[in-house]
Amino acid sequence: MAAQETSQSAIFRHAFGNVLSFTVLLLIGVMAFSIRLFSVIKYESVIHEFDPYFNYRVTQFLTKSGVYDFWNWFDDRTWYPLGRVIGGTVYPGLTLTAGTLWRILNSINIPLSVETVCVFTAPVFSAFASWATYLLTKEIKGAGAGLTAAALLAMVPSYISRSVAGSYDNEAVAIFALIFTFYLYIKTLNTGSLFYATLNAIAYFYMVCSWGGYTFIINLIPMHVLLCIVTGRYSPRLYIAYAPLVVLGTLLAALVPVVGFNAVMTSEHFASFLVFIIIHVVALVYYIKGILTPQMFKVAVTLVVSVGMVLCFAVLAVLIALVASSPTKGWSGRSLSLLDPTYASKYIPIIASVSEHQPPTWPSYFMDINVLAFLVPAGIIACFLPLSDASSFAVLYIVTSVYFSGVMVRLMLVLAPAACIMSGIALSEAFDVFTRSIKFHLVGTTQNPQENAGDATKVTQNDVKSEKSEDTVKERSSRKSKKKDKENIEKPSLVSRVEKRLLVLPLETSVMAVFLVVLLGAFYVVHCVWAAAEAYSAPSIVLTSRSHDGLHVFDDFREAYAWLSHNTEVDDKVASWWDYGYQTTAMANRTVIVDNNTWNNTHIATVGTALSSPEKAAWDIFNSLDVKYVLVVFGGLVGYPSDDINKFLWMVRIGGGVFPHIKEPDYLRDGQYRIDSQATPTMLNCLMYKLSYYRFVETDGRGYDKVRNTEIGKKHFKLNHFEEVFTTHHWMVRIYKLKSPRNRIRGKTKRSKSQKSGTSKRSTRKKNPWQ
Amino acid sequence: MGRSATTKDAHALFHSLRSAYAATPNHLKIIDLYILFAVATAVIQVAYMAIVGSFPFNSFLSGVLSCVGTAVLAVSLRIQVNKDNKEFKDLPPERAFADFVLCNLVLHLVIINFLG
Repeated sequence: MAAQETSQSAIFRHAFGNVLSFTVLLLIGVMAFSIRLFSVIKYESVIHEFDPYFNYRVTQFLTKSGVYDFWNWFDDRTWYPLGRVIGGTVYPGLTLTAGTLWRILNSINIPLSVETVCVFTAPVFSAFASWATYLLTKEIKGAGAGLTAAALLAMVPSYISRSVAGSYDNEAVAIFALIFTFYLYIKTLNTGSLFYATLNAIAYFYMVCSWGGYTFIINLIPMHVLLCIVTGRYSPRLYIAYAPLVVLGTLLAALVPVVGFNAVMTSEHFASFLVFIIIHVVALVYYIKGILTPQMFKVAVTLVVSVGMVLCFAVLAVLIALVASSPTKGWSGRSLSLLDPTYASKYIPIIASVSEHQPPTWPSYFMDINVLAFLVPAGIIACFLPLSDASSFAVLYIVTSVYFSGVMVRLMLVLAPAACIMSGIALSEAFDVFTRSIKFHLVGTTQNPQENAGDATKVTQNDVKSEKSEDTVKERSSRKSKKKDKENIEKPSLVSRVEKRLLVLPLETSVMAVFLVVLLGAFYVVHCVWAAAEAYSAPSIVLTSRSHDGLHVFDDFREAYAWLSHNTEVDDKVASWWDYGYQTTAMANRTVIVDNNTWNNTHIATVGTALSSPEKAAWDIFNSLDVKYVLVVFGGLVGYPSDDINKFLWMVRIGGGVFPHIKEPDYLRDGQYRIDSQATPTMLNCLMYKLSYYRFVETDGRGYDKVRNTEIGKKHFKLNHFEEVFTTHHWMVRIYKLKSPRNRIRGKTKRSKSQKSGTSKRSTRKKNPWQ
Repeated sequence: MGRSATTKDAHALFHSLRSAYAATPNHLKIIDLYILFAVATAVIQVAYMAIVGSFPFNSFLSGVLSCVGTAVLAVSLRIQVNKDNKEFKDLPPERAFADFVLCNLVLHLVIINFLG
């Protein structure tokens, strides 16, 4: 009777728990979606930043022309005159996902536009990501930890920063794919089922389609397998979790055109192949150990070790020779800059110049993961009690992601799920202890029917726990077979009795502790909502500022692109610095010279050289590229700090990296970068200075630059080879047109002119390839 | 002296391996034969590539990886079906075979797509 009652109450408790979990998960999904809507409420439903505009344009093309045209698309409106093979150089996951979503919604007669679907893809997938975190943490520790981790991930600011409504970038779906792949890997590891291994490979394929960060997965999982082998945790489940993933995963990765044969030829994947070989050797050794007697096994080991060593060394020597023959040891530039943080600044200035590739500052850790930063160590300790395969994976994940986040601020995003998992585990374990203590003190010893009569120490729930721990220890000892059976049976009753005393705290302490932990959670929530509303919701294509007479909106970028699309021919080429390439092609629909993809350093260096040269030289360069219009961004009138004059030194560096006649010290006075009267003549004559400050003195009479906080050096000058065609309302974007060459040269004849220029500056003429 | 001892040891080892392997049940031996066949096919393909050259590379990759893939999946099947493995004693062999078929289906779908 008692047994039936307890089983019924157990079923009821199970059902109630399941319904509660489901409701909580639904609420977490809704919260994850709504916290990312601040930018839509404060500004409008618009696509943010630079990269999302490219993805939006690709999605537009996909929805208009279909999958086959998208797969084979050659884009001739960027990187003029080179063009870009979009089908082979873009990660298709995001665009295919949004395109499919749009197609499904339209087929059930919900007529959302492509832009709306693109804007809201990221919040929807962040809800999915929090559910995936619940599943992953449930596999590691349990349902309670899972719910906590899901709630933390829904709000963590570092993930919000890359997935607000409007941030239509690869990370929006890639983080969901990352967590889901890890969940399926751990699930396969825990159950040993080949079905989950198949699903794991398919989820890995989705991750490869979505983001270049898939190399993190294909290096982390082999590291974990190696860790398990080395710590003696090899089991057949490990083999089933890893080996099919490597084969299927490599094939699936090779299917994606961006990766192609890199899946077998670059060093990023070699770790997986190495561990693949190692796990086969280990599996063979365990198998032979299983079928031989111990002394025969010892003989086998001595024989094999001597022969195997020689073979191993030979293979290793060949491998090392192959790898060392390539200058980067087979790694790509981006991956090398992750392993050696100083690599990019020495060899590839373009990678070094991107602001999100800089190392993060200490405060940015607190800004981005807040309270989790000091819950993570508690979570790491909780993972060790007890240590399982899944929790060792979680520890490895957090350690590697902390290292990589320290190299590049952009990778704080990969740290966020790991931090949430660890903090979820820590909070859940802490709550377990506190609520158990409160229950123990309040409920007392009379309620529980499973009490052991005559037990000196007060028991209740702790007794059930100790019985369970006895069973598990006995099972483990039987699986180990043969030795030390009797000793193990004596031990658990002692161990569990010691454990019982440690797990209960005094009542006042537990109540205080619960209150404090809830307060900690409240601080976290307040910070996350503030960060989402104030810090990470700016669309950066529309700027606002508050002053005493209300809110000012700076919509200059869209004004400039609209002017371009209405007042220029369809085939006109526009040159600007690479930051604005994607936006120009997407919004103004004009061909650009360089854009944010930055795949061709020489082309970017050409544009950089042109902007750093005097007017005539720049006109020659732009004319050779068929450029009609030049676009510069200028923030001096309103105080917008990310304008081209502030980025100018990078243009000089990148240009000087390919064309040696551009030297950075020529633009600096005593090592300082200035644009006032003390600036160098090279600086005052270069195209960027002239295009930014042309007629600037007419605004306030003395040409005061609000960003650099000085008056400009050269105030009154004329442009001979360019003419100004458009300046936006706040002077933030200025568009110039190349003047056509003069029909006749006045005064001296052309021959004497070339003789004159031949005598002076002959050395620079030789080095400058454009004259 | 030492050399004859090692050769004697090698002989003894070989005999004990042979006798221990003969004791495995027949259905496991069939799976082992299939694994051997798959690996042998892969070796033949690699030898052919070494003679003739690796163009087109995607066909070579898909051919070799399909052999290696079926070998790996057959090993996984063998692990799950082997009655000596205590971790999988609750798993019915039909379920193990169904998973094996599903994974092979996905593998060969990818292979056919990548074969060119």
